[in-house]
Amino acid sequence: MNSNSKNINSQPALSPGGVGGGVPEEAGAISGSEALVRSLLAEGVDTIFGYPGGAIMPVFDALYDHKERMNHILVRHEQGAVHAAQGYARVSKKVGVVLVTSGPGATNAITGITDAMMDSTPLVVISGQVASSLLGSDAFQEADVIGVTQPITKWAYQIRRPEDIAWAVSRAFYIAASGRPGPVVLDIAKDAQIKTCDFEYTKTNFLRSYLPFPEPEIENIEAAAKIINEAKKPYALVGQGVILGNAENELREFLEKGDIPFGNTILGLSAMPSDHPLNCGMLGMHGNIAPNLKTNECDVLIAIGMRFDDRVTGDLNTYAKQAKIIHFDIDLAEMDKNVKTTVKVLGNAKETLPLVAEKLKTGSHKDWIDEFKPLEDKEYQAVIKDELYPQSGEIKMGEVVNKVTEASGNKAICVTDVGQNQMMGTRYFKFSQSRSMVTSGGLGTMGFGLPAAIGAKYGAPDRTVCCFVGDGGLQMTIQEFGTIMQYGTNVKIILLNNNFLGMVRQWQELFFYERYSETHMQNPDFIKVADAYGIKGRKVTDRADLDGAIAEMFAHDGAYLLEVVVQTKGMVYPMIPAGGSVTSILLGNGHTI
Amino acid sequence: MEEKILYTITIFSENAVGVLNQITTIFTRRQLNIETLSVSPSAIKDIHKFTITTYSDSEEVMKKLVRQIDKRVDILKSYYNTNDELVHQELALYKLSTEKVMEHGGIEYLVRKYNIRILEVTRDNVVFLKAGHYAETQALFDELAEKIGVLQFIRSGRIAITKSPVERLSDMLAERERKMTN
Repeated sequence: MNSNSKNINSQPALSPGGVGGGVPEEAGAISGSEALVRSLLAEGVDTIFGYPGGAIMPVFDALYDHKERMNHILVRHEQGAVHAAQGYARVSKKVGVVLVTSGPGATNAITGITDAMMDSTPLVVISGQVASSLLGSDAFQEADVIGVTQPITKWAYQIRRPEDIAWAVSRAFYIAASGRPGPVVLDIAKDAQIKTCDFEYTKTNFLRSYLPFPEPEIENIEAAAKIINEAKKPYALVGQGVILGNAENELREFLEKGDIPFGNTILGLSAMPSDHPLNCGMLGMHGNIAPNLKTNECDVLIAIGMRFDDRVTGDLNTYAKQAKIIHFDIDLAEMDKNVKTTVKVLGNAKETLPLVAEKLKTGSHKDWIDEFKPLEDKEYQAVIKDELYPQSGEIKMGEVVNKVTEASGNKAICVTDVGQNQMMGTRYFKFSQSRSMVTSGGLGTMGFGLPAAIGAKYGAPDRTVCCFVGDGGLQMTIQEFGTIMQYGTNVKIILLNNNFLGMVRQWQELFFYERYSETHMQNPDFIKVADAYGIKGRKVTDRADLDGAIAEMFAHDGAYLLEVVVQTKGMVYPMIPAGGSVTSILLGNGHTI
Repeated sequence: MEEKILYTITIFSENAVGVLNQITTIFTRRQLNIETLSVSPSAIKDIHKFTITTYSDSEEVMKKLVRQIDKRVDILKSYYNTNDELVHQELALYKLSTEKVMEHGGIEYLVRKYNIRILEVTRDNVVFLKAGHYAETQALFDELAEKIGVLQFIRSGRIAITKSPVERLSDMLAERERKMTN
């Protein structure tokens, strides 16, 4: 059946199982490209990140007529387009849209698409494709985009006829945004962009083969409530599912009613304010001591919209063995995937949390919550004090992050790249509202930060966007300085420069006998590079200048590069070595747990 | 390590281009080898049915595999079963030299023993068909190869139906459509 394209060529445009609702748009014969743009408008799209090329030119030509309603951001590399769309989607609750050409345009987008798949970010990536008559012939700039992207997308579809464009776009947006979100690829043959068709747009809200919002099962709701009500030491793990489900308020009510302390996964950060009394900090390899250690001491572990990633669990054989485990998730495939659960609460957290909360007794776990405090003090003394408030020596990364978050009033969006800058950003940035953390969690994509920050600014134009990036990661997508220049995008870039690939160097120091293989970097004058793009910048080497430079950065109306020369051999502690137990925590500097 | 068991995965999908690729990448990621594969239109219009067999030492892995397959947008439903839960069948075709068959002389015995159907006889070749489990089609192959010689041999992928009373897919679809229209 799979080579049989009968369905595509002879069936009506609405595929089996597709039933629509919504208001039809105006009819009349128009080009496929025009149909595409009108479809995007019908989905409420007003921002696209893209890059033109041969096989997508008809669409760019159609965009020319819609400049007033459709803002296209011309990036400098397709990877940047996808990361920008990710940043946009993550802060705005909207679907990020990417437009690229065939072949290299599409393959350059692959890293970002994979990143979005790992981190459940809703994207619609539209790629041009060679004309349908040339498909399969190794034509110029032809790549098997569907074959390549199927394993890294929620759905990938090739459009070969203009009349299929409207329903494919409608489906794409429905699939990308509903249930557990994710990236969708639409690969549009060039002739489908040029030929004409009648246009009528119907929004998709049902596919018989796709159940995005499983119905809560009442017996599991009751079982979960019973276990939590009996718990002496309940403990919750908050993941991005809460943010994606817009369930922040429901989460707060649930946790407060049960008096349940919680830790955050890296992508769950900002779902709850940093200063909430039940917030115990971050989980994972470089998370806080208390939230990691308490995983193995609680009697009931309540995972909410998180997927027990190995960076959170460490060694599964020693992970939370003492606890009953309740897993709230929208995706059945995540249940029992890594950690065997006692009760599975399948569904949207926005629906399931209140159902369980309703059955909860008002909890009081003061003694249990008090157990977290000495561990927090220990971490402060062993790690945090010296990282945030050093009196002498080289500037520390954590110190910079702390000063930036304070200067922003803890109200900014924090975008990070990957590596030490990311761990310092996620550890020390403070949040007062949701959707304030944009980072590459699952894939760990260096080069993510700068373009994601650009996208975040378009997704939340009224908010301050701070981007923490290292000297390695910045150079992976540094060409996006050009995008900032062209559009005057107001992002605050904080470059933590140690002239090393810092996290790899840290591993070399700890696990490879200080054999610093290929981690030292000879870097350009970043301020000069920024200057060439018209971006104001300042390099800080002395601690005494740091506060003033940060104030100047925030006061400047426009993009700003703050380069801080930080400790050459800085370390991120605490650290749970890969595959280690959540209780085997390294603290450095002679400290032990 | 536990002994590996043969599991049969049954998948119902929309009739869309590229579904097989979506399914096989999930097997690939888990380092599972596909033993047999059979695909055909199902009893329900526009829905295709895949029957795949694979060896695994862990039912847990099968559970996770099926959930990951189920999650794909174009997949309606997937299941896994062990042999005892299924009525299953494979087909095999055997081409032999007419001359060698005539020389052998004991064809009636073989036809009765293996319940062979003879599909074609020409001056040059004879084609046998045998339906059965893997072991049965293999036993015939071994005996023919030893006594007569087999010129060509082909075995189909497994097809299977569950021993439980009805196929629930149509009910599931009706339920989904009903909920949607409400």
